[in-house]
Amino acid sequence: MKRMLSLVIAVLPFAAWADPDPADWNAVLTEARGQTVHWHAWGGSTATNDFITWVGARLTADHDITLTHVKLENTADAVTRVLTEKSAGQDTQGAVDLIWINGANFAAMKSADLLFGPFAEALPNWQYADTATKTLRHDFTVPTEGYESPWAMAQVVFMHDTDDLPDRLGSMNALLDWARSHPGRFTYPQPPDFLGTTFLKQALVDLTADSAALAAPVSEETYVEVSAPLWEYLDDLTPLLWRNGRAYPQSGPRQLQLISDDEIDLAISFSPGEASTAIANYQLPESVRTFVLDKGTIGNASFVAIPYNSGAKAAAMVVADFLLSPEAQLRAQDPAVLGYGTVLDVTALPAQYQTAFQDLDLGPATLSPQDLGTVLPEPHPSWMTRIAQEWVARYGVGN
Amino acid sequence: MRLPPRLRPIAPPILPALTLLALLGPVVAGLLGTVMAGFGHLPAAGLSGPSTEPLRALLAWPGIVPAIQLSLQTGGAATLISLAVVVLLVAGWEGTRPFRILLRLLSPLLSVPHAAAAFGLMFLIQPSGWIARGLSPWFTGWDRPPDLLLVQDPMGIALIAGLVAKEVPFLLLITLAALGQIDSDGRRKVAAALGYGRIAGWVFTVLPALYPRIRLPVYVVLAYSMSVVDVAMILGPNTPPPLSVQIVRWMGDPDLQMRSLASAAALVQLALVVSALTLWRLAEFVTGHIAAHLAYRGTRWAGDGWLRTAGLGIGTVSVVAILAGMLGLVVWSFAARWTFPAVLPEAMTLKTWHRSAPPAMATLGTTIVIACSATLIGLVLTIGCLETEERRHLRLTQRGLWLLYVPLLIPQTAFLPGMQTGLLSFGIDGTLWAVIFAHLVFVLPYLRLSLEGPYKSWDTRQAAVAAAMGASAGRIFLGLRLPMLLAPILTACAVAMAVSVGQYLPTLLVGGGRVQTLTTEALALASGGDRRAIGVYAVLQAAIALLPFALALAVPALVWRNRRGLRHG
Repeated sequence: MKRMLSLVIAVLPFAAWADPDPADWNAVLTEARGQTVHWHAWGGSTATNDFITWVGARLTADHDITLTHVKLENTADAVTRVLTEKSAGQDTQGAVDLIWINGANFAAMKSADLLFGPFAEALPNWQYADTATKTLRHDFTVPTEGYESPWAMAQVVFMHDTDDLPDRLGSMNALLDWARSHPGRFTYPQPPDFLGTTFLKQALVDLTADSAALAAPVSEETYVEVSAPLWEYLDDLTPLLWRNGRAYPQSGPRQLQLISDDEIDLAISFSPGEASTAIANYQLPESVRTFVLDKGTIGNASFVAIPYNSGAKAAAMVVADFLLSPEAQLRAQDPAVLGYGTVLDVTALPAQYQTAFQDLDLGPATLSPQDLGTVLPEPHPSWMTRIAQEWVARYGVGN
Repeated sequence: MRLPPRLRPIAPPILPALTLLALLGPVVAGLLGTVMAGFGHLPAAGLSGPSTEPLRALLAWPGIVPAIQLSLQTGGAATLISLAVVVLLVAGWEGTRPFRILLRLLSPLLSVPHAAAAFGLMFLIQPSGWIARGLSPWFTGWDRPPDLLLVQDPMGIALIAGLVAKEVPFLLLITLAALGQIDSDGRRKVAAALGYGRIAGWVFTVLPALYPRIRLPVYVVLAYSMSVVDVAMILGPNTPPPLSVQIVRWMGDPDLQMRSLASAAALVQLALVVSALTLWRLAEFVTGHIAAHLAYRGTRWAGDGWLRTAGLGIGTVSVVAILAGMLGLVVWSFAARWTFPAVLPEAMTLKTWHRSAPPAMATLGTTIVIACSATLIGLVLTIGCLETEERRHLRLTQRGLWLLYVPLLIPQTAFLPGMQTGLLSFGIDGTLWAVIFAHLVFVLPYLRLSLEGPYKSWDTRQAAVAAAMGASAGRIFLGLRLPMLLAPILTACAVAMAVSVGQYLPTLLVGGGRVQTLTTEALALASGGDRRAIGVYAVLQAAIALLPFALALAVPALVWRNRRGLRHG
């Protein structure tokens, strides 16, 4: 009956406006043929760009889909774009077909009804997704409800140049102590940069006594009290930073260059495999290793979402599904390519992929899944916005 | 009977009207959008105005005073220094050998994109940069770079240096073009015969005639330096950044209401530029009077050797800095591991080129199509205007000249966002055509500037002779004037293509991310700071901007190989 219904819909002239139904995957595949997907994703990392190029080549070969990587400086550009289109009444054939997204941008788009879905849990490869131990159904505490599909796991690690800083540091306070004896050898990307804000959140999670408050939206009563240890900490740390905190790197990858130039010895990363990949690409010295904090570090999944007005929803879903496939996940985890953690439950995979994942050499600077320790949940996105704002007021305009 | 050209009925001036529309339409529409959003009217974000809320929010931003101060300080200083260097160079060295060597480097320098030049300069002067590496550790004793705020310093000195290095070649080119129109040689000889020093003689006799001809380009440099985004992001301070950078940051905020804040800031930026231009005009007036006073005193200022040396010194340093910075980036694009304090990489590899060149090549096509289309449309409009003016005996008034410069004098951040919203409501944003028309706005002024002189100085007696032999106006235009002006037309095209290739904000905002050029790719990569990839893009960008200049030299030499007088523009 359902198939007949879709057949009826298919022959009706207004079928073009009907959204594809992910439950009928064959129909999705048929509709996707020949479509072009504009994937808006941050373009500042050469490794990611190369991976997306490979994805595009595979999709062209298998499904006759053209994948265009629209390289953003800032993911918010894509969000703004869709919002602008909606307010201009452009409800079909929008410029954005797929966005690499998470956190505040997802929360904003979801609450403004700018997303197509739910589709994620109907994708064929969702069956392998590790929903038990990985936070694939929540994004910064906001339920995803199938409106975005995961494709990589991220967790905070610290990259250290063992020539200058041989031992790991166990906590944010240990980091401060080390900075006291080695002033000018650490910095973090300038908030509101995503990774810079992540550093602030990591510090907050490690320092605050009230971690339960972080799971809920910021409340005016508790904000000052909960965030006080963070500002106290930063007041101590800032003069000990690279350039005395008077200048900051403008993005995560800039830190790699700083370590390579031997300007700093320690930097934060949101990808456990980034250091190994960067070593392979000559972007980091071979002496770099990574560590996590004793209490654990925050982690989350990177997702892709499809805007409500995309003109290529079927093909966009095929891209999302391919990103979830064991083949793509294996390649993404290879440090020679990307070094991103997989979102799949490796034990549930077909045997040949299980061995392939086990045989994968994670690279000299990547911690094994056991050594990555406890994954702490992200605070609610409202915390991110709030502390980034206060950071700017306190340290961002000080000169 | 065939009437002489000027007596024939003439069609209405469609081309000048079209040109004006293409030039000013987008700017005016964009400004309107910015004004509305700046006063709190932004239906897209659910705001309806008018209200002064965005302006109040802007004033409440704690960084506003230092950001404004930075914009004024860096823009003003960069313009002043650039102009001074050009004056010293031309006054002290015109006609000498070192001057000719500098001139030969002009085109390559102009074709280096601003962002690439800034990155190269940064690698040169930062504490872990090439200069420090060259001196370490044998001289400085550094085995790791010192923690010095040399780049992104709060005073914006690195930013000023970067701007000066790029603006000196531009002003020099403009000055040389203007010098041809005022017999500077004769003036200088008279002054020298009266015993004046080289520089004083030039300042007293040539500059007063020259300055009115380069005044508008100087204003362009001032407006540009005050509102530059890409260079400021790389070399400028960021706690807080100059106002223009902060505007772009607010534009990129996920919260659409921040757009109104950004628009209010853009209006403040516009007001800043207008005030700075007014101040500059006043300063011109005062300086003119002081100079006249000094001239009347009759002092010869003959001992100006040190000043000449200083001028040549700064000029050479800025040229060498850009070239060395570019060389640094080229080396980076082939570098394997390269750590401090090694002067050269451990090994050379083609890996970066293998990785980065294919995606770069993919955008090459779009970049060239946009540049060629904008240039071609611009060329038809510009020559159409010039020919119409010629046939109707019109002269571009001072006010007309100002109109021509409007797109270059108004900060891009002030009208591009409004233009984007406008195009969106017509449903043509994000298309190749929209981007071509956005580029046209910036290409037109440069085409006009490059063509005006050669076109007007063409000897019209040749037309009279041809008309006497029965040639129609059209035939004179197509068969005589255009071919004879081949060299300057090609040079103008090369300038226009370089301008189009370098456009970042117009391509990004109007293209909606769908239209990607080498420059948008390069800037996206720049946010990641990967020097190797930036090196690849910088080389390609410079090459694609340089190629038309090379063609502009080669084609006339080939076509007019037996007509010596026609080979040069």
